[in-house]
Amino acid sequence: MRLLHYIVLAAASTSFARGLAAQDTTHVEGGVRVGITYNPGDRPGLVVIPGTGIDSVRAIVKRDLDFSDRFKMVEIGDPRSNGISDAPGGPLNYALYKALGAEFAVELLTDGSKVTARLHDIVRSTLANEQLVGLPPPTDANFRLAVHVLSDEIARWATGVPGIAATRFLFVQNGRIWLMDSDGFLVRALTPDGQTSLSPAWSPDGRRMAFTRLVQGRGGVFLYTLGTGETSQLPGTETGLNITPMFAPDGNHLAYAHSDEKGTDIYVATLGQRNAQRLTAGRFADNLSPTYSPDGRRIAFISTRAGPPQLYAMAADGTDQELLAPFDFGVTGPSYAPEWSPDGASVVFHREVSGVPQIFVLTVAGQKLRQLTSQGRNEDATWAPDGRHLCFVSDRSGARQLWVIDAETGRVRQLATPGWARLPAWSRLLAGAAVVAPKP
Amino acid sequence: MRASSILSVLAAAALLAACGKKPAPEQPAPEPPAPAHEEAPPPPPPANDDAERLKREAEARAKALRGELTDLIHFEFDKADIRSTDQGILDRKAGILAANSTVRLQIAGHCDERGSDEYNLALGNRRAAAAKRYLTGKGVDEGRLDVVSYGKERPLDPGHSEDAWARNRRDEFEITAGGENLTAPK
Repeated sequence: MRLLHYIVLAAASTSFARGLAAQDTTHVEGGVRVGITYNPGDRPGLVVIPGTGIDSVRAIVKRDLDFSDRFKMVEIGDPRSNGISDAPGGPLNYALYKALGAEFAVELLTDGSKVTARLHDIVRSTLANEQLVGLPPPTDANFRLAVHVLSDEIARWATGVPGIAATRFLFVQNGRIWLMDSDGFLVRALTPDGQTSLSPAWSPDGRRMAFTRLVQGRGGVFLYTLGTGETSQLPGTETGLNITPMFAPDGNHLAYAHSDEKGTDIYVATLGQRNAQRLTAGRFADNLSPTYSPDGRRIAFISTRAGPPQLYAMAADGTDQELLAPFDFGVTGPSYAPEWSPDGASVVFHREVSGVPQIFVLTVAGQKLRQLTSQGRNEDATWAPDGRHLCFVSDRSGARQLWVIDAETGRVRQLATPGWARLPAWSRLLAGAAVVAPKP
Repeated sequence: MRASSILSVLAAAALLAACGKKPAPEQPAPEPPAPAHEEAPPPPPPANDDAERLKREAEARAKALRGELTDLIHFEFDKADIRSTDQGILDRKAGILAANSTVRLQIAGHCDERGSDEYNLALGNRRAAAAKRYLTGKGVDEGRLDVVSYGKERPLDPGHSEDAWARNRRDEFEITAGGENLTAPK
């Protein structure tokens, strides 16, 4: 993306190179410090060192690192009251930060239009990584995303895995589709007022979305280009009801459900071509909500073939259809809205428990099922690119709002969306290192 | 004659009002008189001549027939099967459609608020398609019947009770052509 132009990987300064040479077991490879491994059960303490200037950058980075849920954030308040008297950019009092429980310290120094980001390894009392970043001015539309990219890089230096800050949500509110940054900022409507749009889905490159627009009980699948707002209807979706579009990982195929008098079936269209291929044979049953495995080879979906809606899977060409999440007929509640995890290991969906929808994660190998939520109604979960965070709709606060849960720590936070948000879709990393860590 | 037809309209209105309080009548519905969807018309002014009276009577009959064509049917939770108690409603529609070949109907499936937004669009479609299949099975040309679905987007009853849900699980029928002059089936 254009943003990459703002990210300048500075050549390591001579002092930085000397600092590395002094270390024994670590080396820098492509900007990544190898040698620190992330242990999900043990969150290292991290402090963002206060400083002067660029408060907005520091505040965004701090919140992003907090929201990554990979660190215990160490608050030090006013540096002087803590006896911290390090000059900005000067040597750090590692012993002091260590005493405060920090294993990492993030230093952000301003140099005109550029920001120097430093990650200090407090345990080893050394500078772990340093990068000179050219940020657009805070008034620039790309400013916040550029800072989020920096946050994700810092998380990657410390843990080997990038954060999830440089991502955005699509969601539906009041019939319109909205775009919002991962931290809840920059909410803006993409589709016009007075239309009924739903089911937004990201293209893998984050440049487009697919969605359904309902008109008088019918609906077409549309493609929308972010940035230009250009909108076109997917050929073949002009008649009947066409819902729940989902891109294949190759970005070149779009699966969706088409309803006609024979029921609802899943089709896959090759973009730029007219004839979609039907993958399911409904026979008056409903098959909908397709979601691809990240290798593009399987599709999980919802089907009423056995009565109540439940979770099934098939090969991407429609063969080899099977029940994916086991259920007891007449006992297990209906299941909806699956999304395959970015690491391929699990599928999230929601299932009613005593009539109340709750979020479940199914481990595909072994079909192990885990209930993630229990407070209020919880629906329509979508994965973050890190494969451990999920955004979902919950009414636990009264109104139906978007929430984020870290599936590993169970920590939840509310996104400050307008009321009655629904059907969120979490993007992949929109710039910077598009890395998805495989599950250990 | 006129008095009795007004009476039957009032009786039907009372019956509908009573039905509205119950979720779904499970017992076989009594053979209803001409069901009515609109308010009973205000008492007509004294007829000055037979032609005007006949015209009014024809209008009242057409209105009653339109009411039958647009009469709702209802569904069990998460089901799209036509209930046996609703078959008579569809049979009368089929009869009127047979006697009026220019009439076209749009069938719109609706759902209660339970289940996901997207799933209910598919379920509503299945409900509308079930009514269409029933009518074409009675000889109605399929080209005269359109199927749409609103899922749970347009509840009749905004409540969250079993009664509200039962009222909202429905097919609505809209006359999209040929509804002006209707002939009663033989």
